[in-house]
Formats: sequence, C-alpha cells, structure tokens
Amino acid sequence: MTALQSPRLEPQVEASPHSRLWERVKRVVASNPSVLPTAAAIVIFIGMVIYGEVAYGRIVQYNTLSNLLINNAHLIILAVAMTFVILTGGIDLSVGSVIALSSVAGVMLSNAGWNPWVVIVLMILIGTAFGLASGILIQYFNVQPFIATLAMMFLGRGLASLLSTRPERLADDSPILWLGEQLKVIDGEKVNDVVITPGVIIAVLVVIVAFFVLHRTRTGRTVYAIGGSESSSSLMGLAVPRTKVLVYVISGTLAGVSAVVYTSRLGIAQNITGIGWELDAIAATVIGGTLLTGGYGYVLGSVVGALVLGLMNVLITRDGGIPPEMTTIITGGILLVFVLLQRLVLMRRRT
Amino acid sequence: MTEALPIVEMRDISIEFPGVKALDGVDFRLFQGEVHALMGENGAGKSTLIKALTGVYRIDGGSIVVAGQERQFNGTADAQHAGISTVYQEVNLVTNLTIGENVMLGHEVRGTFGVNWKATHAAATEALARLGLGHLDTHKPLSTLSIAMQQLVAISRAMAIKAKVLILDEPTSSLDAAEVEGLFRVMRTLRDEGVAILFVSHFLDQVYAISDRITILRNGRYEGEYLARELDRHALISTMIGKDLNVLSSLGGNRRVEERDYAAEEPLLAAKGIGRRGSIEPTDLDIHPGEVVGFAGLLGSGRTELARLLYGADRLDEGSITLRGEHVDIKNPGDGLGRRIAFSTENRRDEGIIGDLTIRENMILAVQAERGWARPMSRKEQDEIVDRYVSALNVRPADPNRLIKNLSGGNQQKVLLGRWLATKPDLLILDEPTRGIDVGAKAEIQEAVARLAEDGVSVVFISSELEEVVRLSERIVVLKDHQKIGEIVNGPDVTAQQVVDVIAAHGVDAAARSGIIDAEDDAHPTASTDDGQLPELTEEHS
Repeated sequence: MTALQSPRLEPQVEASPHSRLWERVKRVVASNPSVLPTAAAIVIFIGMVIYGEVAYGRIVQYNTLSNLLINNAHLIILAVAMTFVILTGGIDLSVGSVIALSSVAGVMLSNAGWNPWVVIVLMILIGTAFGLASGILIQYFNVQPFIATLAMMFLGRGLASLLSTRPERLADDSPILWLGEQLKVIDGEKVNDVVITPGVIIAVLVVIVAFFVLHRTRTGRTVYAIGGSESSSSLMGLAVPRTKVLVYVISGTLAGVSAVVYTSRLGIAQNITGIGWELDAIAATVIGGTLLTGGYGYVLGSVVGALVLGLMNVLITRDGGIPPEMTTIITGGILLVFVLLQRLVLMRRRT
Repeated sequence: MTEALPIVEMRDISIEFPGVKALDGVDFRLFQGEVHALMGENGAGKSTLIKALTGVYRIDGGSIVVAGQERQFNGTADAQHAGISTVYQEVNLVTNLTIGENVMLGHEVRGTFGVNWKATHAAATEALARLGLGHLDTHKPLSTLSIAMQQLVAISRAMAIKAKVLILDEPTSSLDAAEVEGLFRVMRTLRDEGVAILFVSHFLDQVYAISDRITILRNGRYEGEYLARELDRHALISTMIGKDLNVLSSLGGNRRVEERDYAAEEPLLAAKGIGRRGSIEPTDLDIHPGEVVGFAGLLGSGRTELARLLYGADRLDEGSITLRGEHVDIKNPGDGLGRRIAFSTENRRDEGIIGDLTIRENMILAVQAERGWARPMSRKEQDEIVDRYVSALNVRPADPNRLIKNLSGGNQQKVLLGRWLATKPDLLILDEPTRGIDVGAKAEIQEAVARLAEDGVSVVFISSELEEVVRLSERIVVLKDHQKIGEIVNGPDVTAQQVVDVIAAHGVDAAARSGIIDAEDDAHPTASTDDGQLPELTEEHS
C-alpha cells in the first residue's frame, strides 16, 4: 500500500517518490535479508565519501572519482570474478599469481615484436588455462578448492619468476598502453575532468555481463543453487560439474583480463606483481556482502567492496597523518565488521 | 484393458557396493497412468532401485528401457531429460533462493534478455496452484517455509517440468493428514492425465489408498508384483519381512510391565521448561532411575534437539535441569559425561565411530576422554573393558584389533553402546541406535537396553520405529514440530497406532485450538489394524 491511497496519514509523505522508493527498499530487505550486508556496504561507502569530503575536501569531484575507478579497475574485475567462485562456496587463491605470469609474459612477448592483439588474447588465455586446470582439479579430482588454487598460485608465481625477475617495461609505443590511456569525457575546471580509460570501460562491461549472467541465465542461477546445496542441485538435475568448472574458468579468464588492464595502465610487469591481490579480491567480495559459504551475494556488492578498499587508500593518502602501514589494519577492521554483520544476518535467519 | 507397453521397464537390475549386493536381479515395470508402490523393509533396495532409475547410481547389470528405448542415465539431469522426475524424502531444494526459483530452477522461462522472471514466477505460481499452493508469494525465500511446505514445493517442481514419470520417495513422512490428502488428490489428477507415478511410503494405509500396483523387494531381491486390490495387508507384510517375522514378534516380551508411583519417587533428572530458540520449545521432562523413556515423533520433530539439551551438546536458552535433586548447569558434553550422562548419536558414521581406529580404541574412547590424556589407561584396564562389552553385547567379529569401519552397522552400534556403557552412566541417551541395522543386531541392542534398565540405568530411547519405542519404553514422550505434545504411560494396550494418532491429532487440533493437547486424554485405542504403520526405516548406503 502506498502513501497515495491513504491520504489521511501524514501529509508530508504524500506521493513523494522518495518515500515510495524507501518503502520498496524496506520491503525488499524484509523479504530477503541477504541484501542487508550489501546495503550496508553501500551505506559505508557513502559514509566514507561524506567523511572524506568533510574532513579533507575534494572527494566528491570529477577527478577524484575518476581516478578511483581508473586505479581500481583491475581490482573490480578480480572482485567480480571472485564473486562467481565464492557464490558456489569455493575460493580462488591463484588470481594474483596468474596476473603476474600473464603480465610478465605479455610484456615480454609484446617487446619481442608480437602483434599486440595476439598478445592481449594470449594474456587472457593464460588466465583461462589456469582457471580450467583449477576447475578440473576441483571437480574431477575432488581436490579442495583451497588446495587446488593454492597449487596454481605457486605454479603461476614460479613460472612468472622463470620468465623474468626484473621489472619488464612495455615499449613506449606499444599499442597495449592505449588501453590505459586517459580519455577526457567532460572537461571540468583546471584538472577537475571526468576521465576514463578503456580499462575502466572493460571493467564496467565485465560488471554488466557478470550481472547478466548471474541474474538472467540458467547458468548463473545454477551458481547460486550450488552455493545453497551442491547435492540438492545435482539431484534437481542442474549442470553442477560443468558449472563448477566454469566458475574457475571465469575466474581465471577475468584474472587474465585484469592483468591486461593493470599492465596497460602501469606499462611495467614484474614477477612480484599481484602478491596478495587474491586476498584483496576476497576482502572486496566479502565486504560487498557475499557469504563465504556460498549462495548469497551480489556482483554489485563486490564492486562496492572494491571501491571501499580503493577509497580507503585515497583517504589515508589524503590524511597524510596515517602511516601507510595502517592500511592493512584498517582493511582488516572493515572486513571484521562485515563478517560480524553477516553472522548477525545469519543468526536472524535461523530463528 | 489392453496390455500397453510399460513406460519404464527395468530388467534384471544388479548393483553392488563394496561388500554388499544392494540389488540382485530386480525387475520393475511402470505403466502410464498408474500409481505403483514400491515396498520393502529397510535395506531392501527401494532407494537403490530409484537411484538406478534416476541415474544417481550406475547399474552393474541388467537393462533400463524408458519409452521403448534402452537407456543408461548419467546423472539426474539425463533422467530428467527423459521425463523422469523425482521427489526425495529429504527435501532436495536450495533454501537460499526464492520459492519460485526452486520450482523452476533449470527450466526458467527465457526471453531475449535472458531469464524472464515475470513469466518464470507466473509459471511457478501455476505449478504451485495445481497443488493448492497458488497463494504462496513465489518471491519469498524458500527458507521461510516449513519443511512440509518445502516438500510440496518440491512436488510442484516435478510438475513444472511436466514429467512423464514421477517418483515420490517417501514424500509423506513430513506431511500431516490434510496435506497428504491434498497430495493424493494431485497424484490422482496426474495419474488420470497419464503420468506414471512410482510411490514409496512406509505408511500402509497410504499405500493402499493410492496405489494400483505394488512391487515388493526384500534384501535386494525381487519378490513379486501384485495388483493392490488383490494383495491383502498380511500377505504384503510377510512377503516384505519374510521369515524374519518370527524374530520380530519374539521381541515383544522386553517391555517391563511395572506400576510406578511417579509422584512419590524422586526423579534422577527433572527438566523444567528447558528450551532453545529455533530448536525446541520449552519442555518439562522427568526421568526416573531405571526407567526407559521413549521419544517418539517424526524426523525433525525435535527428538534429537531435546536430547542434546539434556547432556549439554547445546546450551539451554531457558529453563533449568535438576539432577539427583541438585540444580545443575551442563555446559558441554564433557560436563554431561562427568555427571554420568552419556549420549550415543544418531549419526553413527560422522559423529559416532572413528573409522580408522580399532574396536578397542573406539570402545575405550569415552572413558579415556573422561580421565584426560595425562592418565592413559593401561593395557589391562583396556582389555577388561573391551572383553566385557565385546562379549556382553556379542560384537562380531570379536577381535578387538579390527578397524571399526570394516564392521557391519549393527556391530558398530554395539561398539558405540559399549563405549558409553564403559563410562558407567546413570542416564544413557540412545539416538536411533537401531537405524539401518539388521534384525538380529536390532534385537540384541533392544535386549541390552532392557537389561540396562533392570540394572537401574535410566535410558532415553529415541527411534523412528514407533513399534520399537512402544516395545521398550515405560513412558513415551511424543514430540511434534519442535515441541512436546504429550506423554503416554506405556501399558499392555498401548500400540504404535495410538502414538501415530496423537501425532496426527495434534496437527488437526492445533489448528483449531493452537494449544497443547493433553495426549493422555485424547489418545484412544483404535480399532484399526495392528500394523497401521510399518516401522519407519531409513535406508543407508554409503
């Protein structure tokens, strides 16, 4: 019932689209408490933006927000990929190393004179191959996801180190760098412009496609169903083995895409690139409200999670007084708050 | 009626598990437009046969012909494509998704932009409406429904898929009388539309109410196919049980017929209003020394949950427990053990035995745990305990150095019983001690329980087999929907049917009165057959 049909109630709510939206939000949350952590992530993100604006200024403006997206495009892609895996109740620890291997190999091949488009495709396929290997190990050899992807993580890092242990710089005229080039969309005052890179566009496309796949395809719904109960899913006749392999292939492939986006922005690749990024991606996913046990969570939440982590770095830099070492402590703190929030939601649901 | 070709024909099916022949040359056929009941005792192979048909298990021998085509299914998806849909006893849906999605998963209506959710939910509502559930909000999470409702949703799912063959494996065990009637209405409609229905139930009345044809299995073998109207109940039961019928009836004498003055006696354990949110409503319970108290109720009625409160596996939310006249706070199972309360789990494989340890090690585990790791038992002490209980409980093989995982279920259960008896408990809680074990071992365990009570040990006996509870208990606590709904003082004229009546009556009355009925007044001996409900047995194959 909307406020429109009951005008005798408080007059100020009359036909206000805001209050109707609020009613709708409340109804969605009431019938589906699993959106609560994601909603909380959005609230925290907005809170951080407001705090930053009040305390340091120059947060809510074109160039700050543009840079936030540009600098975190690779993390957004990783977080989206991790969401698929975690929704099934799995985990992928290999993405950081896959990025190292993929970017070192990519830069070296490009500098060796390979066609840049072929190089980009190869970089992505390296990720796909790693994901496929993890998926097959997990599905057909019954290896724990943690162990299988841990093995892939060591393998990837080792192969990257075999290729080179020095920073490999992409030739300045390499077309790959174009993906990291900043394009002015809106020319604001002085440097306050809306800027995007092709890398950001790729990240946005990844988010849109992932959202579509998860919410509008049978495969996507199977991902959620597996997270709910793998045995029930297979008794329901869903394509469980195929989907489980697929989520790791998606994760690996997107790690490859992420490597392309990151390398194009920095122009440098090294065998130690991406150490700990798998954990950043997991943190972003969890902060965004995805349950580590699977079955609950949203891609958009993971995007917000990645932005929360990115914005935190911006705020710490702006503050100047906070030693950078504190970053990890604060990340840990935020993560803890979200996990506790999830426990709360779970406890509520059980009663 | 002309003899049409069966839609499903299984011939000479054999399936072997390590060490067991689960199915041995079984024939089964299913015609369009019939309800065909598959009957058999626990372990007879009903579930195995169903899983062979639905592609969960691979057959080692024989052939499966569906709609005139020989098939070898590779998983449930395959079987579903061939038009075979299954509803299992345990609800196999996913609680994290909505009701509508659970009905339609894998069959969502698709449009240009992927899944068309509006149409999908409409189709779900349509399927639910055929079961009289059209009022459900398909956008709500499945977890908001009771188990019984979830079961109906599972059946709606089978309908949404438009199956030609519908397999219902004990779908009624969590439904009340009205819901069963609703289900039967739907089954009849479907049958008249030409769907072939395979129905498994332990409730004889239900089998006779709905079935056209009955196939009986025993010990993994085919015993025959009969028209339901030509097979009377006694013939059915003796075919199912075979020569074991005599063994079962010889157990009748175990119950002690002894008048007690409950008011005068001080109970060993008195629980007042103990409850835990989400698992059991506040409950009063007295247990007297040397008494066998049976907990009766369906799976999920709160039997195990109540027992867990008694020995400290779960903490109380409210209420208090008095043990030997003294108020106690049992914090954890170790605490319970220290106060001489022992609990044997229903989940023998996961929470009971430690498969890679020997009989000896499994048996001394609880005593050793109580003493602490710093004071290991000497070999002599170990042997004393092990020898005593291996022979007293007739564990076979009687070699204490065997790994327990290589023993049959019944003998594993005896070792577990020995483990807890070795702690010399005053109160022993046995949760489903006879599930999934053969008749002989069952008898031995029941005898052991009766002997224990004679020695002054109080026993809480939990079992899905009502006959067994009635046979052994002095008092029967009846549970339903996470609350105690009545207590029956056992006597010569108390039957399992009476307990069933209490459970059934509660559902009906609760709707009208929404209060707890006094079961002793409501329960009345009925004139129905003495085998109104067969032992409710669960099949286990690992």
